[in-house]
Amino acid sequence: MQVKPGRTGLNTMHAVIACFHCDLPVPAAGAHRARVLGAEREFCCAGCEAVARTIAGAGFERYYETRTAPAERPAETTKSCSIEGNEAALILEHVRCAACLWLIEQVLRRHPGVAHASVNYATQRAQVSWDVQNTSLAAIVESIRAVGYDACPYDPRTQDELERRDRRTALWRLFVAGFGAMQVMMYAFPAYVDDVGPEAAQVMRWASLLITLPVLVFSCAPFFSGALHELRQRRIGLDTPIALGLGFGFAASAWATVAGSGEVYFDSISMLAFLLLGARYLEAAARRRAARALDPLLRFTSEKQIAEGHTIAVAPGERIPADGVVLEGASSADESLLTGESRPVPKRAGDELVGGAVNLEQPLVMRVTRAGADTRAAAIARLAERGAASKPRLVETAERVARHLTWVIVLTAALAGLYFSNPWIAVAVLVVACPCALALAAPIVLTRASGTLLARGVLLTRARALEALDRVTDVVLDKTGTLTTGRISVAKVVPLGTLDKPACLDLARSLEASSRHPVARAFTGAVTVDIESPRNFPGQGIEGRVQGRRVRIGTADFCSELCGLPQPALHDARVFLADEAGWLAAFELADSLRPTAHGFVAGLEAKVHLASGDRPEVVAALARELGIASWEGAMSPEDKYRYIERLQREGRVVAMVGDGLNDAPVLARADVSFAMGSGADAAQLKADVVLMSDSLEGIPQTLHLARRAMRLVRQNIAWAIVYNAIALPLAAVGWIGPWEAALAMGASSLTVLLNALRPLGPEPGWKASTSSFPSRSPSYS
Amino acid sequence: MESLYLLVPLSVALVFVIGWVFWRALHGGQFDDLERPAHDILADDDRPKSGTDHVSR
Repeated sequence: MQVKPGRTGLNTMHAVIACFHCDLPVPAAGAHRARVLGAEREFCCAGCEAVARTIAGAGFERYYETRTAPAERPAETTKSCSIEGNEAALILEHVRCAACLWLIEQVLRRHPGVAHASVNYATQRAQVSWDVQNTSLAAIVESIRAVGYDACPYDPRTQDELERRDRRTALWRLFVAGFGAMQVMMYAFPAYVDDVGPEAAQVMRWASLLITLPVLVFSCAPFFSGALHELRQRRIGLDTPIALGLGFGFAASAWATVAGSGEVYFDSISMLAFLLLGARYLEAAARRRAARALDPLLRFTSEKQIAEGHTIAVAPGERIPADGVVLEGASSADESLLTGESRPVPKRAGDELVGGAVNLEQPLVMRVTRAGADTRAAAIARLAERGAASKPRLVETAERVARHLTWVIVLTAALAGLYFSNPWIAVAVLVVACPCALALAAPIVLTRASGTLLARGVLLTRARALEALDRVTDVVLDKTGTLTTGRISVAKVVPLGTLDKPACLDLARSLEASSRHPVARAFTGAVTVDIESPRNFPGQGIEGRVQGRRVRIGTADFCSELCGLPQPALHDARVFLADEAGWLAAFELADSLRPTAHGFVAGLEAKVHLASGDRPEVVAALARELGIASWEGAMSPEDKYRYIERLQREGRVVAMVGDGLNDAPVLARADVSFAMGSGADAAQLKADVVLMSDSLEGIPQTLHLARRAMRLVRQNIAWAIVYNAIALPLAAVGWIGPWEAALAMGASSLTVLLNALRPLGPEPGWKASTSSFPSRSPSYS
Repeated sequence: MESLYLLVPLSVALVFVIGWVFWRALHGGQFDDLERPAHDILADDDRPKSGTDHVSR
């Protein structure tokens, strides 16, 4: 149908010339022409010509060489779009293949004033940010239209509508194929078991033909259009062998029916169609389910009316629309959308609120500090989208092998068919081979893995990291703070003078009451002693007067200055109390362990190291308490870097856990890096995995899930290799007939997909935030 | 045996009728959400709920 570029000219003998851009017939040859790819091309209309000139003029002719489908005819009208701010997610329309997305990305990046542009293949969305002074969104959208596509700002409703249409069509195709297959099987059955006579058999054949026709034309349309795209791109993909097999099989069976002699395989064709469509339906459902973890985040960021500085009220049960601070009210919030932790977090005046959390109990008044694309939820969504773009090397290899395999299949089919001069052998070869086990199943596992992790508050910023996560043998914690709560408490009071322990503590509490130093938080409680004129000596301590005498609390030097006595030999004490007469007490402080720390160290399927910059005594105590064998204290970042290097030289695969901000080089050195990212700067974190809930549980969960996911990927690849290695030669020598081939291939696709859909880990309980019911409803887990 | 000439075309017609019925159901939105209705039965709201947002049915 398409007239090849280069042969299209005014003197052509072809009756109809196809437009070089959109492939529609050209009504008047010579009316619209432009020079593209070194030759004069014909276009159907001024629109296509303008688009082609823009593409060629901007130096993007490569698009015409790599595209796999003709473009959509450009629309005459311009839709208006309005969006404020300088960042937007755009839904791209009329996108047919990867070359289209490449072209759009190039156009966006060269557009003056565009600061950043990235196009996501999986979601078919573009993320653009621009300089408000130099350009506008309207101009950016116009530049996308200029090359023949359309874009509109991401709107969840549009997306929903598109999705619903796709889902309905897919289900309808599946039903037609399934029902058709059942019915055709009924007509085929008598011929298999009994000789019903030539006339009755002929009636059955015609009935089968009649019912297989809609199965082939309607249900199998995606395979044929896919094969057509592949043909235009001059490559062979997954759809080509299937389309050839189905097409040949049907044509030969139909011919046999019309001629009244020969074999018919209508039952095999419709059954194959049903099994394949079933596999693809499951695949699409899994993809949607995985995307659902990300969707609330994206959806939420499209809230536009709220801007920074606004004061808004949030009713109970409502989603908090932006990041902010509580001004009035006391309530609790469910932050599970961001952290995966469904336990309510208490919120009172002055506390920070994250957009996307649900206010649970009482109305709150909040001041917005960040709205729209600046919110933490939006940053997480962007990171997650970026994460989905990378693939583990194993999966990339599998996809490359699948591409080669399809060539082998088609060539084998042609040769075997010719050698035995039996078209049914060619059909069997085309049908029996199952490259989809290589190319379809692995991406689903990956999408599901990142979706599942996100639902638990673990953000995978590079899907490629799954491979390293799977092999992790050692986990290095870079500070004691990851194992402790960060809340300091008094572990021991050593009285040194006349006062007893409670009296010393009372005095210390009263002195520290005026301080904001982190250590002061260890001495919280009621003020029982009157302190006159307390004074703060930064970095040293506090001095005050109690009943006329001076009292100091603080470092040993600071106190010894007051009492004039040498400091007592107490190594573990960090805070001292003294008056003019002498020492009163020494305090040992402790950072309390996280309740999960013991379980974390014991339960991790990897060796735990503690490489901390803290004082060696502190690190030693912690390591002893938790049973960590390898630890080192007082380490500089360079020491940590070398520590990891040394482990790697010993052949260990190292996962590093850090805060993701100050230790970027150390994290980068590790095979895979975790960041405890409870802070608001998720976007700046340079780690493969971000633990959004700031709890340790994420690490074993991630390791476990990565292992399981990679195991599923490897199982599928192994299955694909074994299956194809056995089935292909058998079909090529004619031992597998078309109906056996259809059954084997359909069952193989379905097996691989169902395997890819196996649970990746314990399912999280039925959470209030994902349901449409208020969280007070009982839980169903 | 002659009944086949009537029954087979009849079954073909029936296939198309059933197909049409399913098409109606599909586009009426019956299969749009296959998960939530299953939860509805558990969330059956027969306890009086506090608050004013409750609309009696």
